[in-house]
Amino acid sequence: MEFDTIAAISTPMGEGAIAIVRLSGSDAISIADQIFRSPGAKALSNQLTHTIHYGHLIEPTTGDVVEEVMLSLMKGPKTFTREDVVEINCHGGIVIVNQVLQLVLRHGARLAEPGEFTKRAFLNGRIDLSQAEAVMDLIRAKTDRAMNVALGQMDGKLSRLIATLRQALLETLAQVEVNIDYPEYDDVEEMTLPMIIEKSTWVKNEIERLLQTSMQGKILREGLSTVIIGRPNVGKSSLLNSLVQENKAIVTEVAGTTRDIIEEYVNVRGVPLKLVDTAGIRETEDIVERIGVERSRQVLKQADLILLVLNHSDELTIEDERLFEAIHGMDFIVVINKTDLEKKIDTQRVQELSGNRKIVTTSLLQEEGVDQLEEAIASLFFEGSLDSNDLTYVSNARHIALLNQAKHTIEDAINAAQAAVPIDMIQIDVTRTWEILGEITGDTVEESLIDQLFSQFCLGK
Amino acid sequence: MQNFEAGSFDVIVIGAGHAGAEAALAAAGMGAKTLVLTINLDMIAFMPCNPSIGGPAKGIVVREIDALGGAMGKVIDKTHIQMRMLNTGKGPAVRALRAQADKVLYQAEMKRLMEEQDNLSIHQAMVEELIVENNEIQGVITQVGAIYRAKTVIVTTGTFLRGEIIIGNLKYSSGPNNQQPSLKLADNLRDLGFDLVRFKTGTPPRVNSKTIDYSKTEIQPGDDVPRAFSYETSEFITDQLPCWLTYTNERTHQVIDENLHLSPMYSGMIKGTGPRYCPSIEDKVVRFNDKPRHQIFLEPEGRNTREVYVQGLSTSLPEHVQRKLLESIPGLEKAEMMRAGYAIEYDAMVPTQLWPTLETKKIRNLYTAGQINGTSGYEEAAGQGLMAGMNAAARALNKEEIILSRSDAYIGVLIDDLVTKGTNEPYRLLTSRAEYRLLLRHDNADLRLTKIGFTAGLISEERYERFEAKKKLIEEEIIRLRKTIIKPNEETQSIIRSKGGTELKDGIKGQDLLKRPEMTYEDIAKLSPSTIQLTDEMKEQIEIQIKYEGYIEKSLLQVEKLKKMENKKIPDQIDYNAISGIATEAKQKLKEVRPLSIAQASRISGVNPADISILLVYIEQGRIAKISG
Ligand SMILES: Cc1cc2nc3c(=O)[nH]c(=O)nc-3n(C[C@H](O)[C@H](O)[C@H](O)COP(=O)(O)OP(=O)(O)OC[C@H]3O[C@@H](n4cnc5c(N)ncnc54)[C@H](O)[C@@H]3O)c2cc1C
Ligand SMILES: Nc1nc2c(ncn2[C@@H]2O[C@H](COP(=O)(O)OP(=O)(O)OP(=O)(O)O)[C@@H](O)[C@H]2O)c(=O)[nH]1
Ligand SMILES: [Mg+2]
Repeated sequence: MEFDTIAAISTPMGEGAIAIVRLSGSDAISIADQIFRSPGAKALSNQLTHTIHYGHLIEPTTGDVVEEVMLSLMKGPKTFTREDVVEINCHGGIVIVNQVLQLVLRHGARLAEPGEFTKRAFLNGRIDLSQAEAVMDLIRAKTDRAMNVALGQMDGKLSRLIATLRQALLETLAQVEVNIDYPEYDDVEEMTLPMIIEKSTWVKNEIERLLQTSMQGKILREGLSTVIIGRPNVGKSSLLNSLVQENKAIVTEVAGTTRDIIEEYVNVRGVPLKLVDTAGIRETEDIVERIGVERSRQVLKQADLILLVLNHSDELTIEDERLFEAIHGMDFIVVINKTDLEKKIDTQRVQELSGNRKIVTTSLLQEEGVDQLEEAIASLFFEGSLDSNDLTYVSNARHIALLNQAKHTIEDAINAAQAAVPIDMIQIDVTRTWEILGEITGDTVEESLIDQLFSQFCLGK
Repeated sequence: MQNFEAGSFDVIVIGAGHAGAEAALAAAGMGAKTLVLTINLDMIAFMPCNPSIGGPAKGIVVREIDALGGAMGKVIDKTHIQMRMLNTGKGPAVRALRAQADKVLYQAEMKRLMEEQDNLSIHQAMVEELIVENNEIQGVITQVGAIYRAKTVIVTTGTFLRGEIIIGNLKYSSGPNNQQPSLKLADNLRDLGFDLVRFKTGTPPRVNSKTIDYSKTEIQPGDDVPRAFSYETSEFITDQLPCWLTYTNERTHQVIDENLHLSPMYSGMIKGTGPRYCPSIEDKVVRFNDKPRHQIFLEPEGRNTREVYVQGLSTSLPEHVQRKLLESIPGLEKAEMMRAGYAIEYDAMVPTQLWPTLETKKIRNLYTAGQINGTSGYEEAAGQGLMAGMNAAARALNKEEIILSRSDAYIGVLIDDLVTKGTNEPYRLLTSRAEYRLLLRHDNADLRLTKIGFTAGLISEERYERFEAKKKLIEEEIIRLRKTIIKPNEETQSIIRSKGGTELKDGIKGQDLLKRPEMTYEDIAKLSPSTIQLTDEMKEQIEIQIKYEGYIEKSLLQVEKLKKMENKKIPDQIDYNAISGIATEAKQKLKEVRPLSIAQASRISGVNPADISILLVYIEQGRIAKISG
């Protein structure tokens, strides 16, 4: 067995109550042993192959329980990949599954590349020759799709921030390198340990902040911020209620949120939503003015998704049109409600206003159309393409895993600098951090350091 | 011209610069009947630029050459005027030795070594044509019509191919330092279908030391400890000559500004790409115009000459401007210029046309090495020369080819960069080009490479035994320190206190105490003396291996991964067109570079991980097909 250990979510996202995180590779069992506690405290490595174990996943550094799971243990070679395989069955929902995935990634597994389980199965002789072509097609197809998704999900702000961090690291590196490669140049400031510590600490703090606030982190912790807007009485509150009831979600009122905005947490087909009903701010007569209220605008601006509710049995009003204007350029779904009543709305016009956004018709009273709405929300989130096993959440899970790695390597650099380790050793971890961050943004141009060196400093005979 | 048969050989080396000299010595040393043909025998191993060998990365290359059985280290040990260990204040990975050479003595010593080498014939001649049949080299033809036949040929023609010297608006056909350029061979290479590029480099003026006012400069002495590059050197030079440091100033920069229009660089006369790390003074002043001064090192060119190399003043400005530049610099006001600085343009091979053995892909048994492959620098040339020499001899003698990996040596990094990525400017080694530089240290070059040199036949039995013994002692001492417990007695505590460390609470393993930043091997040895006599070199080795164990292990882990990918060989007859999944750009690159292993393939820019995955599956499929078919 010559491969490292890979992991991925291997069940389609958002479907079913159980999700599986699969590990494959020579360290699969030892990684699982680090994070899994069974009631009898048995070590998995001592268990028979093809057995199922009940227990809890814990974060070994803190002892916190992450999740209650069933774990299948399959030792190679009688497995799909012919390597040791561990499958962690946990309750569905992307929050939990991703937490489990991140846990194994933090403890030694690497996020699988598109099609990698299948590739291993093939390379380990599990799949026969006739399937090789298919394996190659699969890798290509999955990679292309993952690329698109990754690009789509790569938030401009995030990539700019990472670019800033990388540049700061690069300048530090260049300064260390120039001292190494051109020791005779006395006019270049020597990069000292305190300077390295200062720069590295700054980078570390920024990474931590990113981990806190990155889109994915936010969605995982808080849900996709979904704001319901519409004229009075179109059915906004009804929509919220039916989404909540349909999904039998535990309704939590988050302390500290303003009273006049109602927030509910629901899980729609694996997508965690933070539903915001703007009903509370209805005092003002003019809706548009209402939207103009500072706080409401804030809510709108922070929204990841807007549900614009229209009344099927009313003509479109100027207020509706202005609502469309207000959410221009954002992700939204149009909900035409009250289809049980006589049609007065001009659907042609609604279509024009909606552009390429989805339009769903509902009768919340008769509990019709909610399914389609949920479908629309889920497919919007998964970009309509993330439907099959080891690709799920590749880009975002990858970002987080990489950010975590970057945090570790920069911490190593700081610790080493504090212990007065020679600068060229510290450099190894700083360089690694720079590389890892580059993997997030897809920038791995190797000559950059040398370019930086010669543009930052005047060198040479 | 009447052609005539002039002899037949295993290996012919064209050129006796730094690449050619190593290539010839290595090939002959391995037992191949070798001939060197070079334009001027008085210019063997000539240094057309600074009289200096070594420095960061480059110095480690010299150590590697020595560990493999090459000559550069031994020759400079005998002929330097000063040596310094650089970066001693930093970690062991970046320590490097640099020597100022006595240029003339260096050449003489290299020539003597070559003359004395068994199996090696040396002849002054200008090669004009390569004889090629069925894409296989057969021999060479010289200017006088002599035909030399050989199983393998190594071209190491440096900056001579269509060389042109440029000073101000003067431009003339010439090799370095007004030697004869190599014109016909350049055309011949082009006719044979090789892609050539035009590169450029430059050199500063030389001045007469008796006209320098050293009182206005700072002295730069050598180390007072004796140093050597070669693991075989036992006699050390003690009388060293200093170098001197001065600076440019506002006035110098003003002279440049006023005369910039006369620079061939800015008039567009020079078209070749110059190295960024070797900028001319006019380049530096223009690009970094906020810098009030630039360093100028004054380096003697030897013991028996008054000529001094003005490092930092490389230029192609007209001679009268160069004079004004010198006048503006403290200490050089009255300096008499002996030679003017100049730029030189030349043809170089696009190095992706080479296999990692430095054999050309187009013509079997033909190798190229040195500056002709797009590099710059004596050490880079020598390292390639050695490898090309070893491989050409190995081919001629039916032995196995020798390829150093990126984790074996800087020479491996250099050659892999060249043949895998190519270069769009003269390539210089920098420590940052080596991803495993912690493993590629000055101190452990012998541990890394002696065995390879010995197997090839370039390291004597006696030296190898000495090396094995050293290695064993080091290993044993490390094991001893791993086991020995040091007690927290008064002696221990007082040593720790004197080093500013925190006192022990319990007994501690020798190796763990040594890992403390403030502790040295000598400290530990005081508390727990070794029963065997260890040399300073061994002590240093033990200290480094223990102190940086954690980092070294991390690097080794990465190397392990690299090795796995290196072991996945790509069959030479692979048809990239037949692999449908690989992206078009990647396909093109793969077809051009023709990587030998998956590791090499993954380093090609434009080939991404998905392409590599697909390639892996495709190769595996071919393998299975072969087994079952
Ligand atoms: C002006 C100048 C400035 C330089 N500046 C720098 C610098 O700043 N920094 C740096 O690192 N390096 C510099 N270099 C480069 C350094 O000198 C070279 O990299 C190094 O010498 C190359 O070694 P080589 O063996 O490849 O070629 P060379 O040392 O040039 O040797 C070439 C040999 O080939 C022989 N030869 C050529 N053509 C034929 C033929 N047709 N037949 C027979 N023999 C032939 C020549 O006689 C010579 O012996 C400079 C070089 C020059 C010329
Ligand atoms: N016939 C019919 N009535 C509906 C439907 N959906 C909601 N209603 C009714 O419409 C009324 C208003 O519904 P709400 O959900 O309170 O509307 P709202 O948009 O939240 O209104 P405000 O909070 O006042 O802005 C209620 O009496 C609902 O029962 C539907 O699909 N069909
Ligand atoms: Mg309401």
